[in-house]
Amino acid sequence: MTGLRLENLSYAYGARQALDAVSFRVEPGTFCALLGPNGAGKSTLFALLTRLFTAPQGRIEIDGHDMARAPRKALRRMGVVFQQPTLDLDLTVQRNLSYFAALHGLHGARAQARIEAALERLEMPGRLGERVRDLNGGHRRRLEIARSLIHHPKVLLLDEPTVGLDAATRRAITAHVHDLSRRKGLTVLWATHLTDEIEDADQLLILHRGKLAQDGKARQLRGGLGLADHFLRLTGEPA
Amino acid sequence: MTAWLAALAAITQREALRFIGQRARFVAALVRPMLWLVVFAAGFRAALGLSITPPYATYTTYEVYIVPGLCGMILLFNGMQSSLSMVFDREMGSMRLLLTCPLPRWWLLVCRLLASTAISILQVYVFLALAAIFGIRFGWGGYAALLPALVPAGLMLGALGLALSSVIRQLENFAGVMNFVIFPMFFLSTALYPLWKMAESSALLHDICAVNPFSQAVELIRFALYQQLNTAALAWVLLSGLVWLGLAVWGYDPARGLIRKAAK
Repeated sequence: MTGLRLENLSYAYGARQALDAVSFRVEPGTFCALLGPNGAGKSTLFALLTRLFTAPQGRIEIDGHDMARAPRKALRRMGVVFQQPTLDLDLTVQRNLSYFAALHGLHGARAQARIEAALERLEMPGRLGERVRDLNGGHRRRLEIARSLIHHPKVLLLDEPTVGLDAATRRAITAHVHDLSRRKGLTVLWATHLTDEIEDADQLLILHRGKLAQDGKARQLRGGLGLADHFLRLTGEPA
Repeated sequence: MTAWLAALAAITQREALRFIGQRARFVAALVRPMLWLVVFAAGFRAALGLSITPPYATYTTYEVYIVPGLCGMILLFNGMQSSLSMVFDREMGSMRLLLTCPLPRWWLLVCRLLASTAISILQVYVFLALAAIFGIRFGWGGYAALLPALVPAGLMLGALGLALSSVIRQLENFAGVMNFVIFPMFFLSTALYPLWKMAESSALLHDICAVNPFSQAVELIRFALYQQLNTAALAWVLLSGLVWLGLAVWGYDPARGLIRKAAK
């Protein structure tokens, strides 16, 4: 059981170095926030973690499975919530969830049981027949989070999952995922540029200009400062 | 293996549901060939005389000649439309969702291809039913023989769309695809005029039309409608389909593909 492990990961778009020898570990059951200003390399890191493309150098391990050597085993243990919405708005909640379940090899009664359990967790039972378009932004995001857990992944990656949501919904979703990590022992990597989504007990990674600037407990890293001030002092850029 | 088939079924079902949901797209896909059939073909009927060449055993009217080309047009437009939807999906993240599921990427692309081809074939048959209402009919055997011809033709044109979708970065570029792919492929083919007619005007045009894989797809369809197999056309269609599928798989390969450009 290794949670999430990155070793010496580098990536360049031509001459521009997007990620420079990034290494870190997230232990099982840990909520880890990845904080970085725009252009820090978060999107590239997520593209590599989700195998949209691969890096010529470095190593990614998901729950003990090497992404380069055993990509399918690694992907099977990983849940992803992308920054862009990935629900089919004109299809029902049920269709969206069963589509995803089938892509992960789940079908029939087993898939249905998991779908219903996911909706139960969301406190949305009985809404299977609703069109996603009729749900509000917060519910859609929660639905995406629930969907990403249908195949029981060990590691959950979320790329700025609260973009475009109001403050109350943002807080609810942040608390929901913290809770999932605590109660279910889920390893979470939560990318954000909003410091108020990070709790003191969280592991915090600060990415700046493609390099890992800091790695530690949020409480210890910020010292006596507020996290936003600490971040500003470290990077010279507002979070 | 069941996981592979479950993914195929799910992707096909999603495509079908999306297609049914987009009624405008369904209607547009039928209006286009119907306009060609009813308006364009009627006008050209008087101007064009068609001699008896295989697979035609008797004198043929222009409306009858043009039908296989219009079936090909539906496959071509749909293949490209599916490429447009790939680019759209990628921007919307659905493509990324698909690519993170634990199945080989080439299989996921093949699933998309099979799903979009199934939708195209359905449209071709609806078009043929409408054409029959307008009095342009073929034998029942022809309609049945058409199915195995539509599969490789649809897959080949879908694979072209897939290959293009791995290199197109923005939605706007679909206009470019129209201008530089759809129109040249359609007009420089045997969809509207037979090869010998082309040869009368220019030897170069004739040669371009002859090697255009879309011509081969149209000829495969034309012969199938008369329950004949055009082996050369089939071979050409399969070969170009494999080349384009290879390009698409290469384009979506995470290690060396072009997909990363889109994510930049």
